[in-house]
Amino acid sequence: MAERINNTPLEYRKIASVVQRDAKVLDLGCGDGDLMYYLMQTKNINSQGIEISEDAIYKCVEKGLTVFHSDIEGGMEAYPDKSFDYVIMHNSLQQVQKIDYVIEECFRIGKKVVIGFPNFAYIWARRDLFFGHSPVTKTLPYKWYNTPNLRFLSIKDFESFCAEKKYKISDKFFFASNREVKFLPNLLAQTAVFVISK
Amino acid sequence: MDKNKEKSIGIVKTEYFNFDKLLLECGKELKNVTLAYETYGALNEKKSNAVLIMHAFSGDANAAGYHEGAAKPGWWDNMIGPGKAFDTDKYFVICSNVIGGCSGSTGPSSINAQTGKPYALDFPVITIADMVAAQKELVSHLGIKKLLSVAGGSMGGMQVLQWAVDYPEMIASAIPIATTMKHSPQQIAFNEVARQSIMGDIAWNSGNYYNAVQPERGLSVARMIGHITYMSDKSMEEKFSRNLKEKAYSFSFTSDFEVEGYLRYRGDSFVKRFDANSYLYITKAMDYFDVSGKNFVKEAKNKDAKFLVISFKSDWLYPSYQSEEITKQLKLRGYNATYIEIKSTYGHDAFLLEVEDETRMIKHFLERVQKEAANG
Repeated sequence: MAERINNTPLEYRKIASVVQRDAKVLDLGCGDGDLMYYLMQTKNINSQGIEISEDAIYKCVEKGLTVFHSDIEGGMEAYPDKSFDYVIMHNSLQQVQKIDYVIEECFRIGKKVVIGFPNFAYIWARRDLFFGHSPVTKTLPYKWYNTPNLRFLSIKDFESFCAEKKYKISDKFFFASNREVKFLPNLLAQTAVFVISK
Repeated sequence: MDKNKEKSIGIVKTEYFNFDKLLLECGKELKNVTLAYETYGALNEKKSNAVLIMHAFSGDANAAGYHEGAAKPGWWDNMIGPGKAFDTDKYFVICSNVIGGCSGSTGPSSINAQTGKPYALDFPVITIADMVAAQKELVSHLGIKKLLSVAGGSMGGMQVLQWAVDYPEMIASAIPIATTMKHSPQQIAFNEVARQSIMGDIAWNSGNYYNAVQPERGLSVARMIGHITYMSDKSMEEKFSRNLKEKAYSFSFTSDFEVEGYLRYRGDSFVKRFDANSYLYITKAMDYFDVSGKNFVKEAKNKDAKFLVISFKSDWLYPSYQSEEITKQLKLRGYNATYIEIKSTYGHDAFLLEVEDETRMIKHFLERVQKEAANG
């Protein structure tokens, strides 16, 4: 298991850097539970997940995690107000139908919200568009006909969204090929992680 | 020995626990109560590794292993045994027949000590809570203060939820499978049709048939209805399609189709092992079951029970939305609950058949519960 932690993506480590020890965390669209497991190991968090894929549920339970087999919108009603310190949506926001509702629900049940997503304005995505194709990149690996993504947003888009909704951005991290990006993130970052509060 | 027998717990024997009386939910008192039960595996020194399994409507105490000379093992043998989901190398597994039943525990076919005759309809109407109260007597008798888990499917799952409501301090975890917090009108309706079928059989004789033959026709039809609700449209298509028993239609009312033959066979074999009055009492207990709303578990304190809720996609008798609702209500009360809807085409029967997927969930869940219980 130690090996697993050493191979941890930088994004997980950055998320761990903002999550407090022993915090209560809800991971929406938690997949196989790798992020929750990492945060449990490093920050001793008390976590729960929501996940739609049946196969992923088994993998979560094998890791000793608590998980609710449901879609995000339907599953969130099951949590009392302010029952979590952090609500995480890592690479699941772009697959959500009702973005406004889901983020408001995140703030109902949690204090801080961590959102990670692929940046649609990444330079190679722009190149694909320039040459007349829908982008296919490492973090946006799907073709137009098989993508589960419903939303195609850039870092700038998300920042304007937060400004419009008056969400405070307390931390933000940008990444390309498992390295942090500090310069021109909207052009050079493949993915972004924002920590927001109300 | 065949392969199944090798992997089984082996030869097992039903035991009997007697106690003086049980105060029932209806206000009456049931005297001289007997519970038929079996145990598998060994109770550890701290008595902290006990798992109570609860059977569904027509089940019995023989959950695993073979009775001497029996061709078939217990009803959940593929889930209980060495290395299985309920691993008898690790856990001490208990299963008892419900009160009101007819497989060794006190029920309407038992002798009423006051009259020297079978109770018949003098047997008081029992509830799921009464079944569980009797199990609690047995668990205490075995010297167990806290069960590592309570688990069961269908009516067994109702008992699991009742345990969580009535004796939360006595369970470290709970596994309700293919069940509900309350019987829906559709579920009550199917039970009522079955009861009417039994009571409409002239042989029922207001429940007084113990010195004659039981209402076999009515009971058999009741069971046939039951079996339809346990399968799914798809599993029936796969199992029978429109296959005929003979080469061509008979142009009569004998059973032409395989599905008819199957239901008749199931009905006929059921009457040999099940008491018609027990059918009435137990279905009534299920219909009265309602732990929703204010009747549900109280808000969790930090260390209260963990839950694993399981449902099956094609189960239309206890549909997934009912299990989802259980999970939501648990979470709203601050409980740690995992929920999975397992893909299956078997309908309600899936809880007895989807062994591999259930094992994957239950095995790891119990390991976690045991680890966390040990850490205090």
